[in-house]
Amino acid sequence: MPSQHLVKVAGRIAPLVCFPDPLPTEWARPLRDAGYELVCASSTAAVASLERSGEQSWAGAVVCATDDMAEAIALCRYLRRREEPVAPLLLIVARHQVHELRLRNDLFDDFCVAPLHPGELAARIQHLFWRSGEPADQALVEHGPLVLNLETYQAGIAGRTLDLTYMEYQLLRFLATHPGKVFTRETLLNQVWGYEYYGGARTVDVHVRRLRAKLGEEHAHLIQTVRSVGYRLGQAGWAGTPFSQEPEKGRHAPGADEPLAAER
Amino acid sequence: MQDRRDYVLRTVEERGIRFVQLWFTDVLGTPKTFNITPAELENALDEGMTFDGSAIDGFSRVQESDVLARPDANTFQLIPWHGHAEPVARVFCDVFNLDQTPFEGCPRHALRRTLERASRAGYTFFASPEVEYFYFARTGTDPTRPPEPIDTGSYFDLTGADPSSDLRRRTVLTLEEMGIPVEHAQHEDAPGQQEIDLRYTDALTMADTVMTARLVVKELARQDGVHASFMPKPLAGVQGSGMHTHLSLWEGERNAFSDPDDPYGLSAVAKHFIAGLLHHAREITAITNQWVNSYKRLVLGYEAPIHVSWARNNRSALVRVPVVKRGKSDSTRVEYRAPDSACNPYLAFAVVLAAGLRGIEERYELPPEADANLYDLSPEELVAKSIGSLPVSLNDAVDEMERSKLLLDTLGDHVFEWFLRNKRAEWSAYRAEVTPFELKRYLPVL
Repeated sequence: MPSQHLVKVAGRIAPLVCFPDPLPTEWARPLRDAGYELVCASSTAAVASLERSGEQSWAGAVVCATDDMAEAIALCRYLRRREEPVAPLLLIVARHQVHELRLRNDLFDDFCVAPLHPGELAARIQHLFWRSGEPADQALVEHGPLVLNLETYQAGIAGRTLDLTYMEYQLLRFLATHPGKVFTRETLLNQVWGYEYYGGARTVDVHVRRLRAKLGEEHAHLIQTVRSVGYRLGQAGWAGTPFSQEPEKGRHAPGADEPLAAER
Repeated sequence: MQDRRDYVLRTVEERGIRFVQLWFTDVLGTPKTFNITPAELENALDEGMTFDGSAIDGFSRVQESDVLARPDANTFQLIPWHGHAEPVARVFCDVFNLDQTPFEGCPRHALRRTLERASRAGYTFFASPEVEYFYFARTGTDPTRPPEPIDTGSYFDLTGADPSSDLRRRTVLTLEEMGIPVEHAQHEDAPGQQEIDLRYTDALTMADTVMTARLVVKELARQDGVHASFMPKPLAGVQGSGMHTHLSLWEGERNAFSDPDDPYGLSAVAKHFIAGLLHHAREITAITNQWVNSYKRLVLGYEAPIHVSWARNNRSALVRVPVVKRGKSDSTRVEYRAPDSACNPYLAFAVVLAAGLRGIEERYELPPEADANLYDLSPEELVAKSIGSLPVSLNDAVDEMERSKLLLDTLGDHVFEWFLRNKRAEWSAYRAEVTPFELKRYLPVL
């Protein structure tokens, strides 16, 4: 189910909402460098007004409490006390404010203590996304050079668009959303084809071979044959991580056509 | 079905597709198409597109001529050679009557019906054809002169000077890009002759694939100023172009042809299937070899089958059982060597399967293996071994077909009758010709 940080518009990544406005440059820059789009607000009311303008949905939040603890906590409450709470939410406090976090565990996912290393914010946000087990954009599934956009049914390999038939797409989608996990032909038939298939269990082999042909020689190995069991996408070690081993690699990067430079 | 439909519509939108080609096939295996714009696609997917069937060979009927092309959304595929700037996609269609019943003249239905018969008996049917064809110089299309091959290569030749190897390589890559896996491709025996072996799929997909592959081969050749031809025997004195097809039946994940304990590695099902092929071979030849020219290929001396027999390592046999590698009993299959590359693959796969299934149903007994080279046997020896011959001409084949209840049942009245009429007419037209053979042989002396 879509949560509010899920991006709907082709390839566009939802921004992180930040407080205060502006976020200190030495914190904002590493976040932007990591590919996050930032929208800063000076108060809860400002955030509410952004939301009323209709277009904002938040990938997550970075709230700095060092200058105005009361407003920061009000904003956290505002972002969390709703049907679909904004997450992940990272709170920054000064050393002397740490004791004020007591009984407020529901308002944030993690906190860090200022002063902090410039890269720490980006690293913590990255880790929170990883821990929540979903990429910032659930519509995009990536494995190394392979990208699937589940919203538009489009797939690409190393920047090249793949022209897939419906069943080829469904099979690739199923394998790519369960990377590293081995499936028998029977399971794939049941899960991907449902009761509608005809062609028998060998149909799976046929489609795997067709997919490999389309991936091209260079990437054909993405779909691995597990002898006398079945097939899996990628390495066994990928099991349990729902996306690439290098989550930062382009995953949050805005599209090339987005005015990232202008925002800096 | 809704998902498939949405997938197709969304892809058309995302990829900026300007035209969608609706593909279907007439009774003789000629590809047919009409283009629609994306705006019409939704309607086409939901209700089908009406077109005038009388414009197409074998689709005409007396009472009404309008029929419906209903796209099979599973087969929606971009056509790579139209480029990425203004992409074009194709989708195969099933043809229906306006009352939504399957149209009797549609070859895809004939194959579907036969596959459903196999499926009711618990089998799925896989086919893997070896498609042979020639590359000729464009100037060689003057029909009064023999065509000129574009190379002088031979079987499995590897030469830098072979102008067809680059074209063949690009053709294979384009096929792979369209999701058509190629097992291997090589230069064949005759000058200019090529072979592309397609990896097995279920027979319906394979019939679609053969249609696509023939178009890809022709289109890429055309772009190079070369004429690609699937004519069964374009040059006298060298090999013709066959479409040897490897066949197997599966029960779920089990190869129904395999029995590792049998001396031949063949199950009882496989033996009955082969017996069915042999028993009905003469009846189905009009379909697997449907042109006057097809019978110029089925002659002595060019590795084409002429006798109704089966064997393991004997390429003169009609049905060959390739020896499988140890531990690879899953690849057990039979190779039917009569079909040529100019057949209608839907009808050819349908009649071949029907013959095999009849063998299984009636528990036909498999005759002994033909271990000798059949080409070396005298007519008396062939009679002694009760080895029959394939039809020697289209006329001969059509006579056999006309008597066949199996073919009537498999093809349905409409296709059966239209095909006989069409082939009788082709034979009459051929008979009325005076050929260069006759002029050369008779004019000087008679």
